Amino acid sequence: MRFLVDAEQRAFGASLDAMLTAADTPAVIRDWSRGDHVRGRAVWARVAEAGVFALAVPEAYEGMGLRPVELALAFVELGRHAVPGPLVETVAAAALLAGLDDQGPAKRWLPALASGESAATLTTGPYALDADMAGLRLTISPSLSGPAAATPTELRLAPPPGPPLPSLDPARRLFPADPHRGELLATDPKSLTSALLLARLTTAAQALGVGLALLDRTVSYVGQRTQFGTPIGSFQAVKHRLADAKVALEFARPLLLGAALTMAPEDVAAAKVTACEAAYTTARTALQLHGAIGYTAEYDLSLWLTKARALRTAWGGPDECRAAVLSGGRRC
Amino acid sequence: MDLAFTREEEAFRAEARAWLTAHVPSEPLPSLETAEGFAAHRAWEAELAADRWSVVDWPTEYGGRDAGLVRWLLFEEEYYAAGAPGRVNQNGVSLLAPTLFDHGTREQRARVLPSMAGGEVVWAQAWSEPEAGSDLASLRSKAVRTAGGWRLSGQKTWSSRAAFADRAFGLFRSDPDAPKPHQGLTYLMFDLRAPGVTVRPTARLDGKPAFAELFLDEVFVPDEDVIGEPGQGWRIAMSTAGNERGLKLRSPGRFLAAADRLHRLWEAQGSPAWAGDRVADALIGARAYRLFTFAAASRVLDGAALGPESSLNKVFWSEYDIALTETALDLLGAQGELADTDWSERYVFSLAGPIYAGTNEIQRDIIAERLLGLPKGRR
Ligand SMILES: Cc1cc2nc3c(=O)[nH]c(=O)nc-3n(C[C@H](O)[C@H](O)[C@H](O)COP(=O)(O)OP(=O)(O)OC[C@H]3O[C@@H](n4cnc5c(N)ncnc54)[C@H](O)[C@@H]3O)c2cc1C
Repeated sequence: MRFLVDAEQRAFGASLDAMLTAADTPAVIRDWSRGDHVRGRAVWARVAEAGVFALAVPEAYEGMGLRPVELALAFVELGRHAVPGPLVETVAAAALLAGLDDQGPAKRWLPALASGESAATLTTGPYALDADMAGLRLTISPSLSGPAAATPTELRLAPPPGPPLPSLDPARRLFPADPHRGELLATDPKSLTSALLLARLTTAAQALGVGLALLDRTVSYVGQRTQFGTPIGSFQAVKHRLADAKVALEFARPLLLGAALTMAPEDVAAAKVTACEAAYTTARTALQLHGAIGYTAEYDLSLWLTKARALRTAWGGPDECRAAVLSGGRRC
Repeated sequence: MDLAFTREEEAFRAEARAWLTAHVPSEPLPSLETAEGFAAHRAWEAELAADRWSVVDWPTEYGGRDAGLVRWLLFEEEYYAAGAPGRVNQNGVSLLAPTLFDHGTREQRARVLPSMAGGEVVWAQAWSEPEAGSDLASLRSKAVRTAGGWRLSGQKTWSSRAAFADRAFGLFRSDPDAPKPHQGLTYLMFDLRAPGVTVRPTARLDGKPAFAELFLDEVFVPDEDVIGEPGQGWRIAMSTAGNERGLKLRSPGRFLAAADRLHRLWEAQGSPAWAGDRVADALIGARAYRLFTFAAASRVLDGAALGPESSLNKVFWSEYDIALTETALDLLGAQGELADTDWSERYVFSLAGPIYAGTNEIQRDIIAERLLGLPKGRR
């Protein structure tokens, strides 16, 4: 047992962090929110170059094989910098295509996903994230006929999207999805379960990163902002809320890494609900401690605040995850 | 990074499990906080010690198995999973023993540790005073130099288990003229039955004498019972308090077992939906605490000190424990009102978690100032 991120993994995270810091993601996010993907695509290419998408693609298709621990570490950094785009969806789509009986779609798409040439969006619900910029659009559905429990799942290539709907997180551009249209790729794909688990895991990681960024920014803000002649960070009521955020985030981290090691559904669910709740409470704390400035769209904090809310329900909300924990095979 | 245990570690786990299966009393022992329960728990310590299971991570020469941190964690998991009794000597084992390993003399270790391991001598911690709680350094009990030792006077309070314990360890002001409150303190061990000591038990919420006040009137302590250098007491006491708060005071095994029992209680009550989230959170919290501890243990094995990180741990487990036991009492409904059940005993004990071992307010200050780097406020 050596439950510690090793030096190589740490270096990987640190280099992503450095690259994303240099990329000035707040400006990229603001462009993205307006539907201007030019700078966002450049960041996407660099993320791919760092090997992030290849971590979900088998070696046979120019990837590095599925490496959940490294993916989790990478997605913490992506969340920390609030990188926009269908990041989770792309790695989940890669895992889904890699496991299809028919190797055609994998051959056709995976090398482009691994290299970053293409992004993928994937949805099991009514909205598809960033469907306008994704080269590969997948929908998963139960078909219209037959009793609900017995309906086979269909994996389809979605047709081009209409206009996006306004979203609470402007950087998450949501497009209406119709799961019954488009080319049928597979029925009841057996890799769906593991793809959804990977989506859940990377969303948890992204949320943890969002929470860590919110905490960092708030700590530095309360150290600088003075009221009553003293930094507000010296007031205990302020300190204690931040201490609680730190406790919550630091206990989400081992759950995330533990889940990446086991990839057991109950472990991934535990990581998801804990990381998302920690990020969300940290967001509430961050907003409160920034005062009114935190409530403005103009101030960069908003880019993380709205994401913390959105990730909470993406790929399995708190109820669904807790239910998975309760019905998990293992006791703890 | 991995979560796999070696074959030797798994063999150790299996050996512990087999021993516990054969020895754990089939009926729970009476409450630790009663004279009868105390005696029964002391006898249990002796039984553990006879087969070297009472302090598995200590060196063999003092009654341990030299098991190291990982095996200690595995032992604790098995211990609580087996439903084994609470540990009557926790204060000695988690606070005094590490201090003696770091700062004691060979003679002190040889004299104190084996009898602690066997439960023959149960130790109480005599740190708090009526006027010195969170601000422990303001303590006023005195140690005055005398031929061959020291004379202790003053009052200590909230000393866990002191109603039935044998000896105690604590800080005393030996230099009243020292410029700062943290200076001029001496760390000493003393006998609770020595002339001049009066022990007055204090009833906790449910009326059981879980702790006691100690009145000290010119109590003689020989030089060999001073821990470290006279005047250096604060540094010595604090060097182990933080570390031990982090790992040894509460092992994950205890919470894993409790969460498992809560899960079964919930199922036995028909899995009521209203409690589902809380039960799930108890399961998740136990797992989080286990993995957090594994990460901390891995760092310690790499040679790092735990330091202020142990405050994260303290806040987490103390609040977790209350949420878990509250859920159990809510699930029990009318039954939950009864005293002397496993759950009610656990509940009452859990309520003190955010208060002892450094209140959670003080831990949050440590997290904010030492981990987050926020400015120091008035204290
Ligand atoms: C079950 C139990 C067992 C115990 N066992 C032992 C034992 O074996 N040996 C021993 O020596 N002691 C023991 N204690 C005592 C324990 O260590 C003290 O209770 C603790 O240090 C707090 O001190 P206090 O009770 O005097 O509270 P106070 O220090 O008076 O604090 C009261 C409240 O004020 C808050 N407060 C105080 N200062 C600050 C500050 N600067 N900022 C914010 N809030 C603050 C505290 O957090 C707390 O909420 C035990 C206590 C309990 C409940």
